[in-house]
Amino acid sequence: MRAFTYERASSIEAAAKAAASNPEAKFIAGGTNLLDLMKLEIETPTHLIDINSLGLDKIEPTSEGGLRIGALVRNTDLAAHERVRRDYGLVSRALLAGASGQLRNKATTAGNLLQRTRCPYFYDTNQPCNKRQPGSGCSAIGGFSRQHAITGTSEACIATHASDMAVAMRALDAVIETVKADGSRRSVPIADFHRLPGDTPEIETVLERGEFISAVVLPPPIGGRQIYRKVRDRASYAFALVSIGAVIQLDGTGRISVGGVAHKPWRIEQADAELPQGARATASILLADAHTTEQNRFKVDLVERTLGAIIAEARG
Amino acid sequence: MHCTINGNRTEMVIDPRTSLLDFLRDHLGLTGTKKGCNQGACGACTVLVDGERINACLAFAVQYQGRSITTVEGLSRGGALHPLQQAFIKHDGFQCGYCTPGQLCSAIAMANEIERGIPSFVTKNLSTETALLDHDELRERMSGNLCRCGAYNGIVEAISETFAKEPA
Repeated sequence: MRAFTYERASSIEAAAKAAASNPEAKFIAGGTNLLDLMKLEIETPTHLIDINSLGLDKIEPTSEGGLRIGALVRNTDLAAHERVRRDYGLVSRALLAGASGQLRNKATTAGNLLQRTRCPYFYDTNQPCNKRQPGSGCSAIGGFSRQHAITGTSEACIATHASDMAVAMRALDAVIETVKADGSRRSVPIADFHRLPGDTPEIETVLERGEFISAVVLPPPIGGRQIYRKVRDRASYAFALVSIGAVIQLDGTGRISVGGVAHKPWRIEQADAELPQGARATASILLADAHTTEQNRFKVDLVERTLGAIIAEARG
Repeated sequence: MHCTINGNRTEMVIDPRTSLLDFLRDHLGLTGTKKGCNQGACGACTVLVDGERINACLAFAVQYQGRSITTVEGLSRGGALHPLQQAFIKHDGFQCGYCTPGQLCSAIAMANEIERGIPSFVTKNLSTETALLDHDELRERMSGNLCRCGAYNGIVEAISETFAKEPA
């Protein structure tokens, strides 16, 4: 691992200032993904700003009737929170579908959104990867691509975003609140937060250098049956081949967001409108622009069938 | 800079790169905690921080100043093994034993999570505060600890006998 200096930030302003003064600094919260990538020297920050003491670990109601989740709320605590369990069951279910008990105790809400892809070629520093080393090529295209994205891909990258929680938050239209290095604040709808790879797959979110997430806001609860179904190679502690977060109302209308198929949680609002017509009609719009390889073509059928199972469960 | 390890106040003089796992094993000689995958996938390095289980391999030691850490060496009381350790022996909850310290720490924290009403992916009703440590719950909640000898049946029996209110 490359050497780095370490500081514990005492305030949001101090953290933002420290980040602004060093372009090679990174924030560290739970560190479950960052440490792993630093060991492999895929991430090589020269300075770490520990933001765990900033008091961003609270879950509070908003004046609109929603919920503001501090950036540093641990996955375990968010999944177990009484109001999340009652009003946003999809978030609890998705979080509990991810990682292990140990990892959920460390991993944070903001860190979950910012985790990097688990594409094996991104991790293998012996092979080209446009995300790790821009311009070097994509080893997944033409390589072992069974787990890779089937929509929203580019000729530079077919990596997926690995988060379960983000899939649920996309279905619920969460809003991400940030603080920039100059201290100014903004709110970004989760739909606009993660980027598609295009020809710059190394840029994964709209965050600017030094900008950090202070909270994630869930809008007022929308009720409905909230179902998170994750299809994976083993029953627990594995990344999704395909996952679907759904909110289905009594009249059959609803909204869905899909994981394991794209560089970001995949939701197409026009596809939501097809839900009363069934899984096939919905999936055909969701994946209208699918671009598959021989190895990951199965995900197209898997999305439709997983959706079919969810619709049946919601009716039952 | 210091932390508390198994009840003992411990000075930390370390390079920021040192993982909590390497600090325990290489700096303090507490080699009960094992290094398996060193990337958060196997659970062999599971330790308790203020009673909660984490992977010590994915933690910088420097982030744990002021915290209280318990390793497998800290589970016994007055020379007597922890009841879960006894149960592992009784039920053959291991072959090579490499995953055992992580399994023990993980299971102790897991039982506490159940006491606190923390749900799991297989908890059927999120609105109830209680989860029982039945067969499905136990296996789901322990999925972060791999055993390459495949001693899972003994591990499940040992944990179940020690903590479950109903048979798993």
